[in-house]
Amino acid sequence: MKNKDSHIIKTTNLSIGYFNRKGNSCVVDNINLSLNKGNFVCILGKNGIGKSTLIRTLTKVQPKLSGEIILNGEPLEAISNPELAKKMSLVLTERIPESNLTVYELIALGRQPYTNWIGTLSDNDQQQIKQAIKQVHIEGIIDKRHDELSDGQLQKVMIARAIAQDTNLIVLDEPTAHLDIHNKIEIFTLLKKLSKKLHKTILISTHEINLALQLADELWLMNDEGIISGQTEGLITNGSVSKLFSSDLITFDVKLKQFFCISVISHNW
Amino acid sequence: MFLGMLLLVFILINLSLGSVDIPFKSVIQTLTGSNPSKESWQYIILDYRLPKAVTAILVGSGLSISGLLMQTLFRNPLAGPFVLGISSGASLGVALLVLGVSLFSGSLTGLAFSNIGIAIAASIGSLLVLSAVMLVARRVKNTMSILIIGLMFGSFTAAIISVLAYFSPAEKLQQYVFWTFGSLGNLGWNEISILGILFLLCVGLLITIIKPLNSLLLGENYAISLGVNLKRTRNLTLIITGILTGVITAFSGPIAFIGLAVPHLTKLIIKTSNHRILLPAVAITGAILMLISDTIAQLPTSEYTLPINAVTSLFGAPIVIWLLIKKRALN
Repeated sequence: MKNKDSHIIKTTNLSIGYFNRKGNSCVVDNINLSLNKGNFVCILGKNGIGKSTLIRTLTKVQPKLSGEIILNGEPLEAISNPELAKKMSLVLTERIPESNLTVYELIALGRQPYTNWIGTLSDNDQQQIKQAIKQVHIEGIIDKRHDELSDGQLQKVMIARAIAQDTNLIVLDEPTAHLDIHNKIEIFTLLKKLSKKLHKTILISTHEINLALQLADELWLMNDEGIISGQTEGLITNGSVSKLFSSDLITFDVKLKQFFCISVISHNW
Repeated sequence: MFLGMLLLVFILINLSLGSVDIPFKSVIQTLTGSNPSKESWQYIILDYRLPKAVTAILVGSGLSISGLLMQTLFRNPLAGPFVLGISSGASLGVALLVLGVSLFSGSLTGLAFSNIGIAIAASIGSLLVLSAVMLVARRVKNTMSILIIGLMFGSFTAAIISVLAYFSPAEKLQQYVFWTFGSLGNLGWNEISILGILFLLCVGLLITIIKPLNSLLLGENYAISLGVNLKRTRNLTLIITGILTGVITAFSGPIAFIGLAVPHLTKLIIKTSNHRILLPAVAITGAILMLISDTIAQLPTSEYTLPINAVTSLFGAPIVIWLLIKKRALN
C-alpha cells in the first residue's frame, strides 16, 4: 500500500472535545484527515474553532472523544509516551517556568528520549544538538539563560529543541504568536526549510494566513462546517480559503492571496 | 568538590566549638582514634558533638533536597518541604500526643515524655497528612491545585493544634512549644541510624528521578512529550519529600527556612538547573548551613543554647534577602 506509507498521521471519524460530567462536549466531529510525510501543513481557522484542541488531541496531550488516530501505522493510544517521544516533538504555546537553564541545556533536553537512565549525553547526542543549533542559526546565544532571550530567539530555541529530539514529525501550536513581522517570516521560512531540507513533517496551527498561503504545502481549513484539507493552491482556486471567515466584514482576493476589510476595498474603488 | 571541602571544614569547626572548650588538636585526635588528653573530651565529642553534627548534616541536606524537589515539581520558587502540610501533620501528631493525651486520658502520659514517643507521633502525623494529600492528588490533575490543597491541610491542622493548645495546661503547652523550637542534640546513635537509613533510601529513589526532574524544568506538557511518566515522577517526588521531611521533623522538630532558602542560595552560587549537579550541591549547602546554624546556636563557650529553629531564620533570612537584592542589582 503505497498510499499508507506516505501518511504519517491518519484520522478516521475522529471526534475531538472535552469530557464533562454531564456528557461530552464535542468541538469538532467526523474528522477524516491525513498528514503526508515531508509536508509543511498549516491549520487555519478563527479563534475558538478548535485548532488547539485538534493539535492537543493529535499529540496525545488530551484524549480523543471517539474515532481513530493512526500514527506511523499504529493507533496513537497504543504508543507509550517514551516511544511517542521518538516519533513526535512539540513546540507549545505555554511559557517555560523560571530556571537557570541555558539555551544549550534546554536544547539538550530534547535528547532525553535517547539518553540513558540518568541522562548522560553521548557523542552522538552532542552531535545532534550541534546540528540542531546550526539549523536554526542560534550559535551566538547558546550560553545565554533562556529567560534572557527575546520572544523570537526563544521560539527558535524551542524549535531547535524539537529538531534535537530527532522525530519525523514536529507539531507547533501557534509558533509565531507574539512575534513581530520579521520574526514571523523568519520562523515560517525556517519551518519550510526544515520540511524540505531535513524531510521533516511539520504541522502548525497559526493565524498567519498570508504566510501560510505563501509557504504551506497543504492547508487544513477549519470552519463551522468542519475541516477541509488539501493542497494550498487548490484550496485557493476552488474558493475554500475565501469561506474561512463567514463574515461580511472580510473578503478574500484570490490573485493577491490576501484577506481584506470590506471598507478598505470600497475606498479603493 | 569545593563544597565538599567546605563541608569538612565546617564539620571540624562545629565539633571543636561548644560550651566546653576543647582544643582543635584533641578533636582531631579523638576522631582519628588516638586518645586525647582528657577522657571527658573524648566522651563529649563522640557521644554528644559527633551525633549532633551528623544529625545537622542529615537534617540540613534532607530538608534542602525536599525543598528543591518541591520547587521543581510545583515550578514555584515559594514551595518548600512544608507546603504539602507535612510539617503541620507532624506538629499535629506531636500536639495530639503531648496536649491531647493530658486532655483525654492519663494512662498514656508516660509515653508522651519520651523522645521516641514524640518521634513516632510526628511520623504518623506527617504520613497521615501526606497520604491524604496524595489521595486527593490522584483525583486532581493540576499540580498547582495539589499545592493549594497541601496549604489548606496545613491551615486545617494548625487550627486543630490551636484548639488543643487553648484547652491544655501550661506545662504541656510548654513541652509542645519546646518541640517546635527544634533540636539537633536529642538524637542518640540508634535514632541517627534510623534517620540515616531512611535518608539513604530516599537518595536511592531520588537518583532514579533526576532525568524526569530535569525535563520538568520545561513544564509538565513538554516533560510528557519527552516521554516522562508524569504520575510516577510526581508520586515518587511526593513520597521522597514526605519521608525525608516527616522523619526529620519527627526527630528534630519543625525546622523552618532551610528547605525554602537553601535551593535559592545554591542556585545563586552555582548557576545551573541540572539536577545532577544541583541535588548534591543543594544537599551539601544545606548540611553546611545547618552546621553553621548549630555552631551559632551553641553560643560557643557559653552554657546557653539557642533554639535551632530561631537561629536558622534569624541569620539565614537576612542573608537570603541580601543575596537576592545583590543579584537583582547585578542584573
